[in-house]
Amino acid sequence: MTAGIRTVPDRPEATSARPRRGDGPPGSPGVWRRRIGQGVRWVLMIGFALMFLYPFAWLAAASLKPRGDVFDNRLIPTTIVWENYVQVWQELPLVHWVLNSIIIALLAATLVTLSSSMIAFGFAYFRFPGRNFWFRLLLASMMLPGAVTLIPNYLIWKYLGFLGTNTPLWGATLFGSAFYIFLMRQFYLSLPRDLFEAARVDGCSYFGLFRRIAFPLALPSALIVFLFEFQASWQNFTGPLIYLNFGDVEDFTVPLGIAYAMTKYSPTAGGHGDYQYVMVASLLVTLPLLIIFAFAQKYFIEGIASTGLKG
Amino acid sequence: MAATNLGVGAPPRAAGGVGSVFRRRRRGRRPKEPYNKREALAGYLFILPWLIGFGLFTVISMTYSFGLSFTDYDLSTDVITPVGTENYRLLVDDPKVLTSLGNTFVYAVLAVPLELALALVLALLLQGARRGAGFFRVVYYLPKMTPAVATASVFLLLLNGNTGAINWFLGLFGIQGPQWLVDPAWVKPSIVIMGLWGVAGSMVILLAALQNVPRELYEAASTDGASKWSQFWRLTLPLISPTLFFLVIVNTIASLQIFDQAYLLFYRDGNSNAPDAALFFGVYLYQAAFQQFNFGLAAAMAWLLFVIILAITAVQIKLGDKLVYYEGGDRR
Repeated sequence: MTAGIRTVPDRPEATSARPRRGDGPPGSPGVWRRRIGQGVRWVLMIGFALMFLYPFAWLAAASLKPRGDVFDNRLIPTTIVWENYVQVWQELPLVHWVLNSIIIALLAATLVTLSSSMIAFGFAYFRFPGRNFWFRLLLASMMLPGAVTLIPNYLIWKYLGFLGTNTPLWGATLFGSAFYIFLMRQFYLSLPRDLFEAARVDGCSYFGLFRRIAFPLALPSALIVFLFEFQASWQNFTGPLIYLNFGDVEDFTVPLGIAYAMTKYSPTAGGHGDYQYVMVASLLVTLPLLIIFAFAQKYFIEGIASTGLKG
Repeated sequence: MAATNLGVGAPPRAAGGVGSVFRRRRRGRRPKEPYNKREALAGYLFILPWLIGFGLFTVISMTYSFGLSFTDYDLSTDVITPVGTENYRLLVDDPKVLTSLGNTFVYAVLAVPLELALALVLALLLQGARRGAGFFRVVYYLPKMTPAVATASVFLLLLNGNTGAINWFLGLFGIQGPQWLVDPAWVKPSIVIMGLWGVAGSMVILLAALQNVPRELYEAASTDGASKWSQFWRLTLPLISPTLFFLVIVNTIASLQIFDQAYLLFYRDGNSNAPDAALFFGVYLYQAAFQQFNFGLAAAMAWLLFVIILAITAVQIKLGDKLVYYEGGDRR
C-alpha cells in the first residue's frame, strides 16, 4: 500500500536524509526528544484517523440494526438485521434512483471531459485574436458563485423547455467547464509545439492534431476531469432538488431520494422512524465513490493539489 | 523539455508557407504580426462550445435575471409585471434578509478559520511523518467522497442532543453536550463540525504547498539555531501564505453560499419550525424561488448575494496584498 501512495514521490528519501535538530549519537537527549516528537505525531494522526472513520463505522453498524437500536451508538449491533438490505429495495424505489444517478453522472462526466479537452486545446495551441481576452474571461467566470447563477440558469432551462427532464443536470456540460478547461490547458501547454508542427507538415488536419496527438497524450488529465465530474454529479443535491423534486419520485437521483426518505420516515412527518433504511441508502450512495477512490485516489489527490496551487 | 512550448505569451506566428518555418525562430515580440486566418478560425471553432455556453449560461442568464429582478414574475401563471425597484425595497425592509445574511456571515467567520487551521494541522502532521503519510492521507480524504446527503443523514443522528454519539462521547468526560440541532446557539457550530469532517480538500492543497518549500531553507535555519517553532512562523507560514490566501478566498465564497447542509438538516420537511439561527441566505433564496415561486424577488436576492460576495472578495484581495509574501517581490 505504501509504495503507491507516497506523499513525496519525487524525493522519497528526503525526509529521512534531512539532518534534524536533535540528531546525535544514540542515547543522547536529542534522539529521545525526536522519538517523543514522532510518538506524539503518531498519536495525533491515529486520533484524527479514528475521528474521520467513526461516522463510516457508525453508518455501517446502524444500517444493520433493527429500528429500535439505530440510536444505541454501538459499533457492533446487538442484533444484526441483514434483511434491511433486502427490505430497502421494496421500501424505496432505489433501483430507479441508482439508475438515474448512474446515467446522469456518466453523461455529465463523459460530455464534460470531451468538450473541456477540446476547448482547452483551442486555448492552448491555436493563436487567434482575442484569445487572451476570452481566457481571462474564462478564469473570471470560475469565481462566479454557483448560488448566483442557479436561478438565472433555471429560467434559461425553463425557456428552452427542458424543465421536468433531467437534461439540466448534464446539458451544460456540453459547453465545457471553466475549471476543467483550465486544468486541461495546463497539461497541453507542457507539450512541445514541434510535435504539432511536424504533424501539420505531414498533412494532419487541425482536428486531427487534437484527436490523434493531443487528446491521447492528455488521457491522464482527462481521467482526472472525468473522475471529478463523476463525483460532483453523483454527490449533487441542489441540482436534483431544483429540477426533479416536483416530478415523480421514481425520477429522483439517489441523494434526492435519501432526502425524501429522511422525511418519509421522520416521526414528525407521520413515519415510524425507520432510519435504518436511510442508513442503508446512505451507505449505498457512498460506497461506489469510496470504491472508485480506492482505485484512483492518486488522480483525485494530484488533481486537487495541482489545480489548487495554480488556481 | 523542448524549447518551444505552447506558451500563452508566445507571439502570434506569421502566415503559413515556407517563410514561416524560418520566421518562427525569431522570438522577439513584433507588433501587428498577422494571424494565420485558417488557424485563427480553427481556434475559434475549438472554443466555440465554451463561447456558446458562456453566452447562454452566464451573459444572457445573468442579464435576464437582472431584468427580472425589477419585475414580479409568477412562475405558475408565467405573467411578468414590471414593478421597478420594489423587490430591492422588499429586501431592505424584510428583517429575515438581515437575519439570514447575519447567520451566513457568522457561519463563514466560524467555518473558514477553523477549517483552515485543522487542514494546516493535518497537513503538517502528514508532512513530518516518516512513514504512513500516504495511508493517513487516504483516510483523511474519505469523508470528501461522501455525498452531502449521506453526511447529513449520519450527522443528523450523531448530533442528536439526547441519543447522539457526540454527546455520548462528551459524556465519557463528564461533559453535558448541548442540544446541537435544537439550541439556536449551537446550530452553526453543528454545521461547522460537519464541514470539518470533510476538510481534506484544503489539506491536500496545503500539503502540496508545504512540499514545495525548499528543504535547504530549513537546513539553513536549523544551522542558524532557529527552533522548530520559529521555523514554522518565520519560514513555513510566509512561504505557504499565497496558498493560504487562495484557500481563504475560495472557502469564504463557498461558505457564503451554504445551502445543502442547512437544507438537509433543518428544511427538508418543508415545514417552518426550523430555528431562525439556521436560516442562511442560500436557504432563504431557495424558499423565495421554489416555495413562494416569486422569481422576481429571487433574482434580486441572487444579485444581492453576487454583489456581497464580490465586495468581500475584493476586500480580501486588498488585505491579502499586504499580508501575503510572494517569492521574488511583488509578482502579482
